[in-house]
Amino acid sequence: MSSTDTSSRFYVLESHPENGSLLGFWLYLMSDCLIFACLFAAYAVLGHNYAAGPSGADLFNLPIVALNTALLLLSSITYGFAMLQMQKKDLSKTIKWLAITGLLGAGFIFFELSEFSELIADGAGPGRSGFLTSFFALVGTHGLHVSFGIIWLVTLIFQLKKHGLTTENKRRLMCLSLFWHFLDVVWIGVFTFVYLMGVLS
Amino acid sequence: MSTHDHNSGMNFDGHGHDDHEGHHDGSMADYVKGFIYSVILTAIPFILVMTKAFVSNKTTVFVILAFAFVQVFVHMKYFLHMNAKSEGGWNMLALIFTAILVIIMFSGSVWVMYHLDNNMMPMSTQNAHDMV
Amino acid sequence: MFANLNLTQLIFGRLTLESIPYHEPILLATFAVVALGGIAFLGSMTYFKLWGPFWRDWVTSIDHKRIGIMYIVLGIIMMLRGVADALLMRAQQVLSFGDSAGFLPPHHYDQLFTVHGVIMIFFVAMPFVTGLMNYVVPLQIGARDVAFPFLNNFSFWMTAYGAVLVMISLFVGEFARTGWLAYPPLSGILASPDVGVDYWIWALQIAGVGTLLSGVNLIVTIIKMRAPGMTMMKMPVFTWTALCTNILIVMAFPVLTAVLAMLSLDRYVGTNFFTNDLGGNAMMYVNLIWIWGHPEVYILVLPIFGVFSEVVSTFSGKRLFGYTSMVYATVVITILSYLVWLHHFFTMGSGASVNSFFGITTMIISIPTGAKLFNWLFTMYRGRIRFELPMLWTIAFMITFVIGGMTGVLLAVPAADFVLHNSLFLIAHFHNVIIGGVVFGSLAGITYWFPKAFGFKLIRFWGMCSFWLWTIGFYLAFMPLYVLGLMGVTRRLSHFEDPTLQIWFIIAAIGAVMIFLGIVCFVIQIVVSIMRRESLKDVTGDPWNARTLEWSTSSPPPDYNFAFTPKVYELDAWADMKKHGYVRPETGFRAIHMPKNTAAGFAIASFSSACAFGLIWHMWLLVIVSFVATLVAVIVHTFNYKRDYYIPADVVAKTEAARTALLVSHVH
Repeated sequence: MSSTDTSSRFYVLESHPENGSLLGFWLYLMSDCLIFACLFAAYAVLGHNYAAGPSGADLFNLPIVALNTALLLLSSITYGFAMLQMQKKDLSKTIKWLAITGLLGAGFIFFELSEFSELIADGAGPGRSGFLTSFFALVGTHGLHVSFGIIWLVTLIFQLKKHGLTTENKRRLMCLSLFWHFLDVVWIGVFTFVYLMGVLS
Repeated sequence: MSTHDHNSGMNFDGHGHDDHEGHHDGSMADYVKGFIYSVILTAIPFILVMTKAFVSNKTTVFVILAFAFVQVFVHMKYFLHMNAKSEGGWNMLALIFTAILVIIMFSGSVWVMYHLDNNMMPMSTQNAHDMV
Repeated sequence: MFANLNLTQLIFGRLTLESIPYHEPILLATFAVVALGGIAFLGSMTYFKLWGPFWRDWVTSIDHKRIGIMYIVLGIIMMLRGVADALLMRAQQVLSFGDSAGFLPPHHYDQLFTVHGVIMIFFVAMPFVTGLMNYVVPLQIGARDVAFPFLNNFSFWMTAYGAVLVMISLFVGEFARTGWLAYPPLSGILASPDVGVDYWIWALQIAGVGTLLSGVNLIVTIIKMRAPGMTMMKMPVFTWTALCTNILIVMAFPVLTAVLAMLSLDRYVGTNFFTNDLGGNAMMYVNLIWIWGHPEVYILVLPIFGVFSEVVSTFSGKRLFGYTSMVYATVVITILSYLVWLHHFFTMGSGASVNSFFGITTMIISIPTGAKLFNWLFTMYRGRIRFELPMLWTIAFMITFVIGGMTGVLLAVPAADFVLHNSLFLIAHFHNVIIGGVVFGSLAGITYWFPKAFGFKLIRFWGMCSFWLWTIGFYLAFMPLYVLGLMGVTRRLSHFEDPTLQIWFIIAAIGAVMIFLGIVCFVIQIVVSIMRRESLKDVTGDPWNARTLEWSTSSPPPDYNFAFTPKVYELDAWADMKKHGYVRPETGFRAIHMPKNTAAGFAIASFSSACAFGLIWHMWLLVIVSFVATLVAVIVHTFNYKRDYYIPADVVAKTEAARTALLVSHVH
């Protein structure tokens, strides 16, 4: 056996490592989980420090929260529809469902911003107490993530129009899908732990 | 850094098998089921709180937290298609590890802060009275 | 006129000419030196027409090897600044007894101990370990680059800009005076309304983003890009420690991000996270920041444990003893590092039950490290030990780190910690483990992998000088601090009344000077080695007769690392290949798919850092413009789909042929 034969077992002629984008993005989402965990922890610690100011029971408007929850949940399923259209390779329907998702998300942000401005106008802004600080930080950070998600979504729509459903664009859609659903998961925590429990205490 | 950008990595554009690398795509049935379960798991807690259905607040809290917990699983399964095989099991491992750390950080912080507050925050006259 | 005033405010915020410290002679002298050096450097770059190559081959490079080298260069430069700060502090503490007030007023001294800690941890130690991991890991696993090469470049520039912000604070404004972790309420807006804490916050946020993304990058690289046949349990130990380190990074840095964000909200918007009134809780800051802080020190030391595993095995001429237990020990350390954080604030008042829990977990975490040490000793036992420089650093580490570790276990006893917390004993302990561990390990790693990166070894003589000055200097500088701490001396003091303490500070100052000379010798070592590189040349690519895949490449490796991806059968893959008489292929090369260089990382990092600078100085116009610019730059970058190219097969063939010629010439 020549040395070339023995040596050739030690290398391969072609190698295509698997693409790591989805795993990488999932890991980033796990790190994002930790940021939210810190904000939830801050809320747990500071959430009853009303500093003789208003509490959740005084401030929270549950019907609006229910509306927002519905908008976000709907947007999750519309994103799901977009993904199904992507699998069917239907570009225009994919874009259509993405656009609807974006609009629902924008609606969510609109109502949340109105909620915030009303609170601030009533003197219940983030500087009022530890409770309100942690409330605005947690809910606001979630809203900021949704806003960035919308910017990303709009960008992707342009990129889909330009390049179509290429492998790269499909990867990006899958990453945004993870991001979008993850934000809905965080919202479950928010509406339960902050709003519902806030009204009860 | 939410506008996360993705590098195409060391990959050929023609390599079309990424979609099926161990993670399974959703189906209409999945999304619809997930949606319906989520609606139910959301509506009930809202109704319980808004109508003050249970006399004891503690019971309500317990119930709505349980519903939230279940709904997280629903989202994981039906929307995120979480399973033990995607990315060779690393997705699930990462999720479990993160969940453990979240529990440690959250409950650890609450435990520590509760003790610190009790020992270190300004005393009410009742506390001072009790200490003697 | 009123509109005019607003415009100045909008553009310059609170930045005025008064922000430049004209009245501080030490700073002026420093500025003069820096300016002269800077002009010399910039002048040489221009004279030798190096800007083009610098931009093309380094700034915009996405090659993990170049990025790794840049991290380490950053670390060395910042180490010079950090040690300068240390020398100033030591000098002050020697002089300032009784009536003498020394030469540094508290206002300046407090910035020194703060910036010294920040620089050493974030801009020396982190870049060293990140640089080593970046350089070595893809080569060790048989890959051509990391999973996200562009992100890698971006991460580097974010770290570099964090360092730049800290350096700017020396001449424009001032730095924080709060200690390296900036506890509120001292770091809150009421007690520290000036720019110092804001510099601190934003330097760390910018660098933190870079580190976090680097963490994601390396985890995906290790999971997805290993050579065929390299299962998890056939990965080199350094790669295992890199994996666990990056898991720690991804699972700890977000906490830092969140806490810094909370503090900045308190300072900018008037929220009440950590305020004394309106329902804030300053203790929560301490709790959260140490939830990050403890994993951070393991982020620093785990890669170093990996370095030592590689070095001990190579220079004992044996495979590492107890590979499986090494892996388990590393994983256990990773998990346990999340269960000990309270030992950093035993004295804050959480009470006996909480303190006991964390005291016990702290003791438990020392056990896996002990297991590692025994494995290294057993590897050395009956080995054919070669006392090359990396091995010397390793032996110095083993002795020094064990002492530091033991004082750590001592401090883990809450009752003992109540006496010793924030005394000089604590300072001695952490310098003991960080210098004995991270610094000695980084120097070992740099010396070990230098020939791989540059094609020639580092000259032994100056390395020996550096080694002995560092080692003896360390003991002289820090053993007295243990004594002082046991006698009750508090940390961060710039003045003392008791003259009997002075002798200890004098010894410590001598030690500090020796350490400084050790660093100087290290720099001389590099310079002289470059000058004498022909005589120090590494021709074979494997100057140490080592065992892992990086040593199968040329020194330095070609851009593509491996002409053909290796196939792995055993642990210590290169040793296995050598055992089977492996001969490099010389024909049959194919075109290789590679990522392109890009300016996008540098651009996005530059815009984000401009935004940070604006936030520090309340230059709101700059903030808005640079924030939008950052967003636009990111979006524009995502529209770039053409990020790769092919190295043609004949170029590969030519490169490989050049290596063949070199190897042949060595034989003759």
